[in-house]
Amino acid sequence: MSYINGIGLISPQNTYENNEFLQNIMEQNADYLKCVEPVYKNFIDPILSRRMSRLIKMGITSAKICLADAGEIQPDAIITGTGLGSVEDTEKILGDITKEEKFLNPTPFIQSTYNTISSQIAIILKCHGYNSTYVHRSFSFESVLQDAIMQLEEGTADHILAGGIDEMTMNHLQITRRLGLWKTGPVSNLRLLEEPGPGALAGEGSAYFLVSGEPNENSYAQLIGVETIYKPSSREKLFLHVREFLESHQLNTGDIDLVLTGVNGDVNWDFLYQDFLSELFPGNAAAWYKHLCGEYHTASGFGLFTAANILKHQVYPEILALNTNSPKDFKYILLYNHFRNVNHSLILLRAIS
Amino acid sequence: MPCRIFITGSGIISGIGKNLYETLSSLMEGRSGIGRIRLLQTALRDEIPVSEVGFNHTELFELAGLSPQEGYSRNALFGIIAATEASRQAGIGSGDPIKTGLISATTVGGMDQCELYYNDFLTNDSRNVYIESYDCADSTEKIADHLGIRDYVTTISTACSSSANAILLGARMIQSGKLDRVLAGGCEALTKFHLNGFNALKILDKEPCKPFDEGRNGITLGEGAAYLVLESEESLKQTHNTVLAELVGWGNSCEAFHQTASSPDGVGAYLAMKKALEMSGLLPEAIDYINAHGTGTDNNDLSEGRAIEKLFGNHIPKISSTKPFTGHTTSAAGSTEAILSILCIQQQVIWPNLNFRVPIRDLHFSPVQKLLTHVPVHAVMSNSFGFGGNDTSLIFKKFTSSHSPSQPATS
Amino acid sequence: MEELINKLRKEVIEQLNLEDISADDVNPDSPLFGEGLGLDSIDALELIVLLEKNYGIKIEDPKDGKKIFYSIRTMAEYITEHQKK
Repeated sequence: MSYINGIGLISPQNTYENNEFLQNIMEQNADYLKCVEPVYKNFIDPILSRRMSRLIKMGITSAKICLADAGEIQPDAIITGTGLGSVEDTEKILGDITKEEKFLNPTPFIQSTYNTISSQIAIILKCHGYNSTYVHRSFSFESVLQDAIMQLEEGTADHILAGGIDEMTMNHLQITRRLGLWKTGPVSNLRLLEEPGPGALAGEGSAYFLVSGEPNENSYAQLIGVETIYKPSSREKLFLHVREFLESHQLNTGDIDLVLTGVNGDVNWDFLYQDFLSELFPGNAAAWYKHLCGEYHTASGFGLFTAANILKHQVYPEILALNTNSPKDFKYILLYNHFRNVNHSLILLRAIS
Repeated sequence: MPCRIFITGSGIISGIGKNLYETLSSLMEGRSGIGRIRLLQTALRDEIPVSEVGFNHTELFELAGLSPQEGYSRNALFGIIAATEASRQAGIGSGDPIKTGLISATTVGGMDQCELYYNDFLTNDSRNVYIESYDCADSTEKIADHLGIRDYVTTISTACSSSANAILLGARMIQSGKLDRVLAGGCEALTKFHLNGFNALKILDKEPCKPFDEGRNGITLGEGAAYLVLESEESLKQTHNTVLAELVGWGNSCEAFHQTASSPDGVGAYLAMKKALEMSGLLPEAIDYINAHGTGTDNNDLSEGRAIEKLFGNHIPKISSTKPFTGHTTSAAGSTEAILSILCIQQQVIWPNLNFRVPIRDLHFSPVQKLLTHVPVHAVMSNSFGFGGNDTSLIFKKFTSSHSPSQPATS
Repeated sequence: MEELINKLRKEVIEQLNLEDISADDVNPDSPLFGEGLGLDSIDALELIVLLEKNYGIKIEDPKDGKKIFYSIRTMAEYITEHQKK
């Protein structure tokens, strides 16, 4: 059994203080949704933080917020997922070496290694346990959760600090705009579906969760299962996989009170979500969250935060709803996300009775 | 009783050979892959020796069985070449019913092409395909697609212990029943990016590295890819593959000391090796050989040496680092050296620690200096310790069919 | 020498991102490493880059850094001596 016992989230919404769930929603009219950040000095010793890139400060701080939320539990393992790692440091080095290979600073190089976030959290917490980093696009955070669940099943850890983090920079956005991933100019996050168009609205965030083997009075939800599906050979195969996943947990599609999707406002890909919902969950409540955090490889961290809070507080903020279906109460939530029809993932949660 | 993990396929490309056969020949003949940089376009080419895979882009496509096309980094091609060799040996076929996953590891990803075209990314659309292939997942997905592996695909990056952690994860997924077969390993191509990065840390030797030598001066970087196929007992019953070795123990630990340095006593290394030994059920004296991480830095070799002395006490096995042969292949080091360790078991040899002359003053052992042949090698420990103190140790054992009467004995 | 020391104080603060410290806070004779500023081996490497980039002085062996970077004053003295060559 796995339980979400603590959350720390730095996101483009007011989330890092862990107070009222999704109140004071931020509208941003922007090229990409930027995080609302705490004063890092309040969380990290300035002597340590001076060397840290923004991504690492975000990661360490959200990890600390998570552990405080969990009641200051020392984790036995630290696992991080990131699709792109430290974009800022990588760009700095690339900028330097494409000019000339001289006077390269060592600090950005160290910070650019993907596992530096997990490592630096371990250094600060003095945690010698299992430490790993997953770097597979929109499977990164899901792979983390799968590993955490396995750790609990293996009995090798009681508490796992599990995170998903990605940052965006204007430079990176402009480069990746060439791939047609993003909107071509600033848009309002709250009007994404009203003004449909190609490309998603990019975002960023850092979400850490304490995944434990036992619930406590602070627990948010039970994490039942996580599934990653790579390049399903047909829509039918995908739908079959979803049904089988639910059946393996003694559930069918009718048992799901809410499907929380990774709809992101990109008309080129969102139709797959509509198709998914109409085929498998036509009568269920459906919601989305990427208008609040933007699209990034580990955005399902924001999704997990959302689902966990709905289950804990039994509230359903209107801003999330994709349709008008609304169950009396929330027992099961299924998160479904895909990246360009290649990386599909499912996260299944249950309320703690 | 957790299920046993059998190694039934291995594939490798590095500075000492484009496949397993060439790799074995180079090792037996004492031929190092370290030399002057020939292919990488870098201002450091006359300053720093490396172990380069001596094939250009076009030749790599040929080795991979692909027609030259845009969007393939050298890294991805290394991965495809090595993964295909391993996959063929184990008979992994597209569409066969055995639940098979791919766990690959890399840190530089597609940077070898990205750094060539970065200015284009900033100014025009001519190289967009390389923007897509820049990240760590790209090589993994290209390997998965090339081999038709779909059941589980992910990528790990923990610096120099990456591919050892990929193997470790593969074993765990098999034991948890999630998969029956895993292709696990890593790939890393040399780049200006990390060559300059390591140079900025001042840990590159200007001469070929000399691990465990008192006068050691740092790392010699290498490149390449290496993959193993791990099978469960259930899978083996169906494939009837020859078992190359058994993976009997693994351990991962985090030093939590410093971002780039190991603690003087090698606490993380000690914990990782101890975990692996405990899991294997073997006593320290049962380990015949340690393929050390042995990078040739002041810091690693001393702390790894101390950790080995603390764990093994009076039963220190034969030790060598094979990095003077292959260079330090960073994310591919764990799986590269796992294969070299398995070759020791298969061939009953122990690889020499080239370039060694004077033992480290503070240690009480010297590594193996000459190739040892016809020696009993039943159990080998392979160490990989990464930046950020991510330490992993794997133990491979000679396969005996005593517990599984239906299996063929090893060759 | 005093001019160089003042320049170095500012450069070191910038290179090592010591945001909360002003140049006046850095005593030219106090040890940079260990206590006080709490600098470590990576900072030593950053100072090597600073010396090369701003003063054209190359330090090949990072172990030499211990003596050279003992304090701002020893750095200034090393620069003065080696820039003449």
